Amino acid sequence: MKRAQGRGRPSTVVGIALLALMLFPVYWMVNASLQPAGNTLRGDWFPLHPDLSGYVTALRDQGRNLVTSLVVALGSVALSLSLAAPAAYALARFPLRGANLVLFGILITQMVPGVVVANALYSAYNDLGLLNSYLGLILADSTAGVPFAIIIMRSFMRSIPREIIEAARVDGAGTMRVFRSVVLPVSRNALITAAVFTFLFTWSDFLFALTLTTTNAVRPITLGIYQYIGAHTNQWNAIMATTVMAAVPAAVLLVVAQRYVTAGATGDTTK
Amino acid sequence: MTDPARARFRERLAQWMFIVPAATYLLLFFGYPIVKNIVMSLQQYTTTTFYTGAAPFVGLENYSKILASDLFPRALLTTVLFTAGSICGQFVLGLAFALFFQRRFPLGGVLRSLLLLPWLLPLVVSGTTWRWMLDPDTGVVNAALRGLRLSSSGVPWLTGTSQALVSVILVNIWVGIPFNTAILYGGLQDIPTHLYEAAKLDGAGPLASFRHVTWPLLRPVVSVVLVLGAIYTVKVLDIILVVTGGGPAGATQTIATQAYELSFRQSEFGRGAAMSNVLVVVSLAFAIVYLRANRRARNL
Repeated sequence: MKRAQGRGRPSTVVGIALLALMLFPVYWMVNASLQPAGNTLRGDWFPLHPDLSGYVTALRDQGRNLVTSLVVALGSVALSLSLAAPAAYALARFPLRGANLVLFGILITQMVPGVVVANALYSAYNDLGLLNSYLGLILADSTAGVPFAIIIMRSFMRSIPREIIEAARVDGAGTMRVFRSVVLPVSRNALITAAVFTFLFTWSDFLFALTLTTTNAVRPITLGIYQYIGAHTNQWNAIMATTVMAAVPAAVLLVVAQRYVTAGATGDTTK
Repeated sequence: MTDPARARFRERLAQWMFIVPAATYLLLFFGYPIVKNIVMSLQQYTTTTFYTGAAPFVGLENYSKILASDLFPRALLTTVLFTAGSICGQFVLGLAFALFFQRRFPLGGVLRSLLLLPWLLPLVVSGTTWRWMLDPDTGVVNAALRGLRLSSSGVPWLTGTSQALVSVILVNIWVGIPFNTAILYGGLQDIPTHLYEAAKLDGAGPLASFRHVTWPLLRPVVSVVLVLGAIYTVKVLDIILVVTGGGPAGATQTIATQAYELSFRQSEFGRGAAMSNVLVVVSLAFAIVYLRANRRARNL
């Protein structure tokens, strides 16, 4: 082990250097957010005199939009998981005719460009009064979460040992009961992975925010940033402070839920 | 109905109830849009359509109009260049990272997961940051180039027509590297180590063992990564809209951004629908490749 570490140390140095290069934009984003306002012509390499005025402006202008994004993302997690978990279980364990068709449909959803969905939803939402509404955004944003959650959870639920389910059945538990008190608790990891990614998908959504809102009543942070760039190119510190705040969930989840993030990235929740 | 038969029927029904909510959702939010989009592509929409409801059927006129416009061949070419450039860059660098992280070294696991960050950030966040970094006058990239005396005047990253396309490709490569690394790393882990040992015994150097062991066994994963990357890249909208807004002078307009522009900027929902259906056809072609690649991957 000792020898391996000695041999590995140069690799660690190279690894850190590569990572520093890859994450430089993230550093630069934080650095720019700490510069004083109006300093567009000369950005310093280090925030030696950190200035929080960018954050003050950003919170004033965009604070509400951050809350909107949070509400929409949490709503989408709740909706996606409650739709996807039972479906994933059924597709993993029930001998249903037509299950393959549903699975094929889910694969197809991955190929449908968001702009197709947005195009059709705009006119439907216009008729139904769902433009500029939380519900409308939650429903549209879940188009990323639902199929992904089904795929992730199904592959996990297939690996649940048959005996556990059989044992519960012998004890007299019905299908619903087995699902609620055996399958869901056992699938905790897959549920968390699905929740983490659904949250990030929705938090990052730009297309539906852009196309399905027309006023600033319900405005997710991504759209807030986009319009900020258009309107205030002289206040880059506030713009970058907003992007830092919009980046926080991804960074936090990567650190606290690292296992689940890696599992979701490779589509493998069974390890 | 006899009792056991009724019990079985109720069991079946209970099982279907697990799928019905999700299936209904998918039909409403994927099935309906696909069909509706086809119908819309045959209608003429104007700015007043959503008030008056008048969208007369015009047959294939929308398609012939978009295909005949000067913008189409250009957007198609840009889409091809954007997709091919992004995929090549992401794949080569992603593979290099994956091979690098395959070595065992202290902190390797931590560094590998931190590498996922660019992929997890909202694209608008990444796009905004890069736009700021690539700004020809005040951006850090040109400042660095000037500092290193590689370019005295700086590169017009966002304002030059060919440079702008290179810029959005670079940003998209940066976003896509982590995903490629993660999947390819997983593929590399699945290659049994004894094969490498056997190759070593046969006197194979690192290059020969990559060529004769790693690459052939990684092939199925490679095709999955490439096709998934292509499916994702053809529909990219966020990065282009944020970094260049499709400009300068339409130099970074792709089929996807055109579809968006037509519908939501010009209220030409009919033509926008036709344009996005072109995108669907392209994605579907990749999908067929994907399904075949996936099947090959599973057979191995």
